[in-house]
Amino acid sequence: MRMRALGVAALATLAFAATACGDSQQASPSAAPAETGASASAPAAGGGTLVIWADPSRVKPLKPFADQFGAENGVTVEVKEISKDNQQTFLTASQQGSGPDIMIGAHDWIGNLVQNGAIDPVTLTDAQKAAFSPKAIQAVTFNGQIYGAPYAVENIALIRNTELAPDAPATIEDMVAKGKQLKADGKVKEVLCIPVGQKGDAFHVYPIFASAGGALFGATAGGDPDPKQVLVGSPGSVKAFGKLRELGEKGDGALRTSITNENYIVNFAGGKCAYLISGPWAMSEVKKGGIAYDITAVPPFEGGKPATPFVGVQSFFVASKGKNKALAQEFVANYVTNKDVAKALYEADPRPPALTAALQEVQASDPDAVKFMEAGKDGMPMPAIPEMAAIWEPFGIAENAVVKGGDAAKAAAAAQKAIDGSLKH
Amino acid sequence: MALDVRREAAETARSPRPRRQITTAFVVSRIAVLAVAAAILLYAVPPLVAAGSWVSLGLLGAASAAIAYLYLTRRFVPAKYLVPGTVFLIAFQVFPVLYTVTTAFTNFGDGHRGDKAAAITAIETGSVRQTPGSPEYALTAALRGDRLVFLLVDPATKQVRVGDSSGLAPLAGARVGITGKVLSAPGLRVLKAPEAAARGQEITALAVPTGDGVIKANGLSRAVEGKAALLYDAGCDCVRGDGGPWTADESQGYFVNAGGEHLAQGWQVNVGLDNFARVLTNPTISGYFAGVLGWNLVFALASVLGTFALGMAVALALHHPRMRGTRVYRIVLILPYAMPAFAMLLVWRDMFNRDFGLINQLLGADIDWLGQVGTARLGVILVNLWLGFPYMFLVTTGALQAIPRELTEAAAIDGATPWKAFRRVTLPLLLVALTPLLISSFAYNFNNFNAIALTTDGGPFPADSPQVGGTDLLITYTFRLAFGAGGAQFGFAAAISVFIFTIVAVISAVAFRRTRRQEEIYA
Repeated sequence: MRMRALGVAALATLAFAATACGDSQQASPSAAPAETGASASAPAAGGGTLVIWADPSRVKPLKPFADQFGAENGVTVEVKEISKDNQQTFLTASQQGSGPDIMIGAHDWIGNLVQNGAIDPVTLTDAQKAAFSPKAIQAVTFNGQIYGAPYAVENIALIRNTELAPDAPATIEDMVAKGKQLKADGKVKEVLCIPVGQKGDAFHVYPIFASAGGALFGATAGGDPDPKQVLVGSPGSVKAFGKLRELGEKGDGALRTSITNENYIVNFAGGKCAYLISGPWAMSEVKKGGIAYDITAVPPFEGGKPATPFVGVQSFFVASKGKNKALAQEFVANYVTNKDVAKALYEADPRPPALTAALQEVQASDPDAVKFMEAGKDGMPMPAIPEMAAIWEPFGIAENAVVKGGDAAKAAAAAQKAIDGSLKH
Repeated sequence: MALDVRREAAETARSPRPRRQITTAFVVSRIAVLAVAAAILLYAVPPLVAAGSWVSLGLLGAASAAIAYLYLTRRFVPAKYLVPGTVFLIAFQVFPVLYTVTTAFTNFGDGHRGDKAAAITAIETGSVRQTPGSPEYALTAALRGDRLVFLLVDPATKQVRVGDSSGLAPLAGARVGITGKVLSAPGLRVLKAPEAAARGQEITALAVPTGDGVIKANGLSRAVEGKAALLYDAGCDCVRGDGGPWTADESQGYFVNAGGEHLAQGWQVNVGLDNFARVLTNPTISGYFAGVLGWNLVFALASVLGTFALGMAVALALHHPRMRGTRVYRIVLILPYAMPAFAMLLVWRDMFNRDFGLINQLLGADIDWLGQVGTARLGVILVNLWLGFPYMFLVTTGALQAIPRELTEAAAIDGATPWKAFRRVTLPLLLVALTPLLISSFAYNFNNFNAIALTTDGGPFPADSPQVGGTDLLITYTFRLAFGAGGAQFGFAAAISVFIFTIVAVISAVAFRRTRRQEEIYA
C-alpha cells in the first residue's frame, strides 16, 4: 500500500516536471527552432531574434549598433562571443541548425564557407561598392560574387626603429646591409625581426618571396588564383627559395628559425632589432616598448618584382542557414556599411577601416592606419580558394629548410609534391 | 502454478532478511533523482517532434517508462545498479565509437557536410547574379488583404510599382518618403519596420517574376532583380547553366561536368572502404608509417618508464622512515602536476629556443634543440618526464603505504640487501597494483597529442618530406593529414582513428594478458 502511494507521488512529480519543462520551452521563443518558424506565419509584436557571432574584441563595439538596429526593427539582437576555432565552430553549428544569422570573419574563409553552403552572397549597390577600398571589394569577391561586407583591411608592412635606422630602405639589400652593420656595431642583436620558427611562416615571408619572383598559384582568366596551377615548385619559386636561403642562417642571418611568432614583436619592441615585418596587431606592443618608429612598405629586392604582402579583409557574412535572413541581409548590406560602425570597430581594435570615409576620419588621429593601408596598396588579397589550406604548411617547411641552409630546388620540389598530393585527392 | 511455487520459495528465502527501512530521505532522494532523469528525457521531446522522428520518440518514451518502472518497483535490484552505468556506457563509449566507425565510411568533411538538397539550395542561391543595368529598388513591404506584396520604388524615376508572386504592376497614388520608402498607398497596408521584421521569412521567400529574372528582397529596405545562373533539373538529376550540365555523381558527392570539374558545393555520401584504402595506399602515409609508429612506441615507452622510474625513486626516498620534511617535499614535487599542462608545454617550447631560450643561456650552448631530430626527441621526452613523474610519484606513494613494512624487514632479517629486498619484494608488489595504471599511461602517451602539438608540432621536418616530422606521433601526423591540407576531412580522420584504436587496443590487450599472469604469481 505504502509503495503504491509512493508510486503515485513519484508519477505526480514526473507529470509536474513534464509540464514545467513544457512551460519553459514556450517561455523562451529563441530556444525552439519550431517557434521561429511559427512566428513568421503569425507575426507577433516582437520580430524574433537576430544572432551575430563575433570574436571577443568585436563584441563590445558592436553591441550599441546591434541594439540600435534591434530597436529600429523591433527585434532582439544578440551578439555572441566565439573565442576559438571560429570558422569550424560556425560551420558545425550552421550545419546542425544552431548557427548564427551573421558571422564575422576573415575573407579567406569565403572559399571554404561557400563550398559548405554556409554563406549567401551579399548584394551591394554600386554606390556602396565605391565607398570601400577596391582591395577590400576584390578580396570579398569569390567566383564573381561578393560574399561579405568588408569592414577592416590588414596587411603586413616594414616597421623600423627610426633611432637605429632613420631612413626607409629602398631595397631588401639596403635593409640587410644596414641591419648587419647595426649588429656588427653591437646596437642590435638581430638583423631583421620576422617570424620563421621551426615550421616557417608563409604569411610573413610572402612579400620577400614574391619580390624574388616566387608565386603560389597561377591565375585564371578572370585573374583569380587558379588551384589547378600550383607554382610553389616552379623555376621562379625555386629561385625565390634560393634568395631566402641567401638571407638565411648560412647567409646574411636575416631570417632565423629561432625568431618565432611569440618573440618577434617583443624583440623589436625591446630594441633588439631595427626592422620588424608585421601588421597592425603589433602596434600596441611596439608602442608599449616606447621606441620611435615609422611604417613603410616591405621593400623589394634590387631589380626584383614588387614585394606584395597578403591583404586580409575582415568581413560580415550572411549565414545561409540563419533563421532571420531578411534581417541579416538588412544588417550586413545596409547597416554595417555605415561609417560610424566602421569607426567604432576601429576604436575597439585598431585595424584600418575598409570604408574610405572612415579611414579618412581615422587618419587624423592615427597616421599608422593610413601608412599600413599605403604599404598594402599593391598587396595581394589572400587567396580565398579552399585549396590555399594545402599551401601553408608545405610552404612553411620549405622556407624553414632553406633558411637553415638546405637546398632550394629540393625543398621547393618536396613542397610542390606534398601540395599536389593533398590537392589531388 | 509452477511459477507460484517458485515465488513462494523465493518469498520464504527472503523472509529471514530484515526489511529495509524506508526513510523520508530515501523517498525524497528517489523522487528527486527520478524527476531529474525524467526531465532530461522529456527535454528531448520537442526537438524530436519538430524533426518528426517518431521512432526515436517511441524509443525515448519506452526508455522513460522502463526507467520509471525500474526504480518504482521493488524488484530487479541488480538492474537498479546496472542501468545508470550502462546508460552512461552507451552514451559516452558505445555511441561515440559507433559514430566514429560509421563516419569512417562517408566523405563527411569540408565541401561534404550537408545533404544533397542543401547543396542544391546553396548552388542555386550562390549563382544568383544581379541583372546588369537593373535598378536598385527601394523596398517597402505591404499587405494587400493579408497577402504580402512588395512596393518597389525605382530610385531614378521615382516610379512606384507593386509586386507579388504573379508579377509587377504599376501603382498609382502612393506617397513616397525621402529615402524612397513608401509611406502610404491606396488599398494597401504598409508594414512598419518591426512588422516587416516579424515577417522576415515571408519577405525572403517572396520572388516577383519579371520578364527575365526575379526580384527578391535584399534585406528589408532594398530589392534587386537577379537571375540564377545555375538551376537544378530533377529530370536529369543535374544542374543546368554555366559550364554545365553538371551531373550528380553519387559516388563522390559532387555535381561534375564533362570536363571533369565539379561545383564547389558537395554533399555527404557513403564512400565504402575508400577512406581505409586511402590510409593503406597513400604513399605519404604508408611510406612513413613504420618510422612514425616506431618513434611513437619509443616515445610512449620512454614516457611511461621514465616517469615511473623517477616517480617511484622519489616516492621510495620519501617513504624511508628516517626521511624528514616529507610534506614540504611532496608539495614541491606535485607542483608540475598542479600547473596546467598546456601552458607548461608552451613555456618549455620557448625555453628550448636556440637564441632566446633559457636552456641554452644556462648551458652557454648554441644547440638548436627543436631543430634537429635527435635533440627534439630528447627534448619532448624530457618535457613529458617533467610533466608526468608527479603522477607516478603520487600513485607509487599510495601503493607503498599498502605494502606492510614487515615484509621488507623480514627480508632484511633473512639477510637480503636493500636492493634485493626492493627487487624481490617491494617492486613485484608495487607492480601488481600499478601495472594497469602503467598500461593506461602508455595508451594515453601513445596518443599524447598535446605534448607534441604544443612543443615541436611534429617538427623538425626534413626538407624532402614536409608532411612527416621527426617527433610526429601517429595522432599528430594524421591530424595534420586529416585537418591540415584539405580542410577538415572527418571521414578520413575517423578511418585513421579506427586504425589507431586498433593498434592501442592490441597493445593494451597483450599487456593486460601478461599482467594477469603476473598477478596469478604474486597475488
